[in-house]
Amino acid sequence: MSPMARFSPVPAATDPAIIRNFCIIAHIDHGKSTLADRMLQSTGVVEHRNMKAQYLDRMDIERERGITIKSQAVRMPWELDGESYALNMIDTPGHVDFTYEVSRSLAACEGAVLLVDAAQGIEAQTLANLYLAMENDLTIIPVLNKIDLPAAQPEKYAEELAKLIGGDPEDVLRVSGKTGVGVEDLLDQIVREIPAPVGDPNAPARAMIFDSVYDTYRGVVTYVRVVDGKLSPRERIQMMSTRASHELLEIGVSSPEPTPSKGLGVGEVGYLITGVKDVRLSKVGDTVTNLAKPASESLPGYADPKPMVFSGLYPIDGADYPVLRDALEKLMLNDAALVYEPETSAALGFGFRVGFLGLLHLEITRERLEREYNLDLISTAPNVEYEVTLEDKKVVTVTNPSEYPEGKIKEVREPMVSATILAPNEFVGAIMELCQARRGVLGGMDYLSEDRVEIRYRLPLAEIVFDFFDILKSKTRGYASLDWKADGEQVADLVKVDILLQGEQVDAFSSITHKDKAYSYGVMMTGKLRELIPRQQFEVPIQAAIGSRIIARESIRAIRKDVLAKCYGGDISRKRKLLEKQKEGKKRMKMVGRVEVPQEAFVAALSSDESKDKAKK
Amino acid sequence: MTPSALPLGDPAPADGLLPAQAADGAADRKFGLYVHIPFCSVRCGYCDFNTYTATELGGGASQAAYGGTAEQEVRFAARALKASGLPDRKMGTVFFGGGTPTLLPAEDLAGILKTAVDMWGLEPGAEVTTEANPDSVTPASLQLLADAGFTRVSFGMQSAVPHVLAVLDRTHTPSRVPEAVKWARDAGLKVSVDLIYGTPGESLADWEISVKEALSYEPDHISAYALIIEDGTKLAARMRRGEVPPIDDDDHADKYLLADELMTAAGLSWYEVSNWARTPADQCRHNLAYWRSDDWWGIGPGAHSHAGGVRWWNAKHPTAYAQRLAAGESPAVGRETLDAETRYVEDVMLRTRLAEGLELSRLKDSGRLAVAGLMADGLVDPHAALAGRVLLTSKGRLLADAVVRRLLPD
Repeated sequence: MSPMARFSPVPAATDPAIIRNFCIIAHIDHGKSTLADRMLQSTGVVEHRNMKAQYLDRMDIERERGITIKSQAVRMPWELDGESYALNMIDTPGHVDFTYEVSRSLAACEGAVLLVDAAQGIEAQTLANLYLAMENDLTIIPVLNKIDLPAAQPEKYAEELAKLIGGDPEDVLRVSGKTGVGVEDLLDQIVREIPAPVGDPNAPARAMIFDSVYDTYRGVVTYVRVVDGKLSPRERIQMMSTRASHELLEIGVSSPEPTPSKGLGVGEVGYLITGVKDVRLSKVGDTVTNLAKPASESLPGYADPKPMVFSGLYPIDGADYPVLRDALEKLMLNDAALVYEPETSAALGFGFRVGFLGLLHLEITRERLEREYNLDLISTAPNVEYEVTLEDKKVVTVTNPSEYPEGKIKEVREPMVSATILAPNEFVGAIMELCQARRGVLGGMDYLSEDRVEIRYRLPLAEIVFDFFDILKSKTRGYASLDWKADGEQVADLVKVDILLQGEQVDAFSSITHKDKAYSYGVMMTGKLRELIPRQQFEVPIQAAIGSRIIARESIRAIRKDVLAKCYGGDISRKRKLLEKQKEGKKRMKMVGRVEVPQEAFVAALSSDESKDKAKK
Repeated sequence: MTPSALPLGDPAPADGLLPAQAADGAADRKFGLYVHIPFCSVRCGYCDFNTYTATELGGGASQAAYGGTAEQEVRFAARALKASGLPDRKMGTVFFGGGTPTLLPAEDLAGILKTAVDMWGLEPGAEVTTEANPDSVTPASLQLLADAGFTRVSFGMQSAVPHVLAVLDRTHTPSRVPEAVKWARDAGLKVSVDLIYGTPGESLADWEISVKEALSYEPDHISAYALIIEDGTKLAARMRRGEVPPIDDDDHADKYLLADELMTAAGLSWYEVSNWARTPADQCRHNLAYWRSDDWWGIGPGAHSHAGGVRWWNAKHPTAYAQRLAAGESPAVGRETLDAETRYVEDVMLRTRLAEGLELSRLKDSGRLAVAGLMADGLVDPHAALAGRVLLTSKGRLLADAVVRRLLPD
């Protein structure tokens, strides 16, 4: 067992040979943050009494959901065989929506700890990230966590891991982030196995941005890994993709609190502060160089984040529109992947069409808007970006069903994904049935171990953005995990289904769907609305239509009684207050033609709860 | 009858003095008295009225002491009205409600009435009603009431069908009602019966039996109220637990229309959404006073009063009520002074329910503009509208609250 380091190597003057840069690849709930916390304690950078659970997950939502949205980096000293080392732990986001950020975090490391729950085995996203790490030539240290759990099956999963990365099950480390067992061995192993970074200290500076976070007090904090040369305080730096230059107001390392240093040298990981206020000026994947002595070539792998899923966000109270606008502006400062533009809906009023990396990104953004800005929001059903070619060759990009062109359509192209699903083999049938129903094409299937399979499908993105994951989970009793990545596009037989209330089209309920599913969408939505919209003083037909062709119809019978039988012994005040309340309630109704639709009906009709319930039955 | 929850309002002063507004135009408004009797022998499963089954409430609020306490408030009321500058007016109507007024000895009811008559006097032909449970009257007690000046009795019949009465926890046997009606007639009293429709488990045929049975007594007046499931009642709890089926508004509508049809065929006419009378003279004038915003003083715990756009209400609990009066203070615990806009809203809300209709001239432009649409939807009678009144059709009566909202679009 190694002692805590007696001295910490000083940033900016650290020999790359004693630096180890690593990340932890793990699935949500597999205990990454707990293990990271334990490492902070074991290396002495956080004292026990200052420890709060999941120290590195800063946002409340992250802590609550137990996931990491934004990655960070912590420098920890560690001593092995009398030599002091500087370990940089780069925390990676754990969700499929943030694959690009993961890839940049991996690119900043020489090694990765593959952390797997000893009671659950590897999950699809972990596997995807593992493949990513292996493509980046990272040294993988396989680790089974939670070995203290009664349900742990370390032998079984050690074999699975060994098979995946090609090694001996005996070499799989066994730790418990909770009790601390094996954590120091792991730190030793990191020093022994992971190669030291290599770079040219005399070349022009090149550092890769792997994360960029907006801080209310300090502006944007940019996390970098120096590849070549050196960055020093007060010098002017340049972002190579935008050519924008800034003065380095502060440079330092997190251990785990930000600690200014005299700079960062080859192989070192730390943060930069330039005073900019928008994370878009400090993009993940970009290369930082010295303005006076710039590098000629930027580091490879930079890409702009591309929104995949779009949804309209509308305040339930129209008066909150400016609040929503300001809130989105602020969120954007911290989220380079978020894009939005104003949009108007006849049914929902003023709002924004917002582009997200995926569904989790949407959910988190929505939750932050509601929680941090106290907004009540309606979000329209998420949809993907379609490319519609008209007979006259004109091409229209559709991110909202209401933009779907009216004219003669030649073809519609939809984005595709390749999806990987890991699950116990008993669920293969159910998974294939689901994927088939979602227009998936089987790409292949492999056994990871005796009873766990990896199933690969090519699926339309539109088929997995709404409720696919929930249904997958319920069909597999929670055992399946899913990963996906963009995989081109395909021409598909798609139509737009409109929903009409008393003959008036309700734009918020329009949906672009495959022709074969138009009918079931129509039946589902008209049925849902019949339940959700209160009876009016007249009968209200609810129709689903493709163009002018009606495909489904329901109707809400007229209300026949709306009268209080009596007033109680002259308590007119009570009756008047009831009237005032009813009138107040009416104000919160959206009018679709003459039909009063409660806000709650929009929320409920657009949520996927129903499909969840159905799936559970 | 008084509701379980009191509205939010302003504090009411201990001296009971009213704002100046209450006296404006008072000489042109009728004046009536409501007397609440907050006692029942059993609390019915649907009831959320302010009523108590114990015979001995503490603090001077026992049933035995109640007559005296109510008389205290009558005297307090007379003083307060005079001191507030309201003119002397005789009572046009008096109404004893509950609870079960006839649970008190008839002498006590007569005593309260006598004190009120001593204070204000009765107009010639005044209407003096008491509600009664068919079980708690005798030929003698009814005769005593008639001799004391009561002119009218309203029996809580509710239904003629035993399983419906059982759900409502009504204790009387159906055959008791015609007997009680006959005794009241013999005593020279006008008779009204109250019915409730829409009780869980009541079929349309059950309801038809009840209405026909009530009509067979040839009463002067019938009230038919849809059952409302109030929060906090036993019936609400049973419904929540799924022991009785939920209320179905369509069923209510069918039953209302059936009742209206049967009563019309029997020669009664509706004059308010839930009330039918044999002749205009049989209409309950006290009830009309509420819808016409006349003045009345409500005696008793939780009772509501109104004078010239000032509304106030008494402490709910009989003990708190009695203690205030014992201390020489007003028993009122809250009041509102309505501004012109609120009085307009109330006027539209209340008068629309009456067969005499709401004069179009009382409506603002926004309300008048809504009338055409209401006619088109069959909710308002076009002939009456042309003659200058908003008169609800039978469909309109069932949607009266919606009509009111459309007449008050702002």
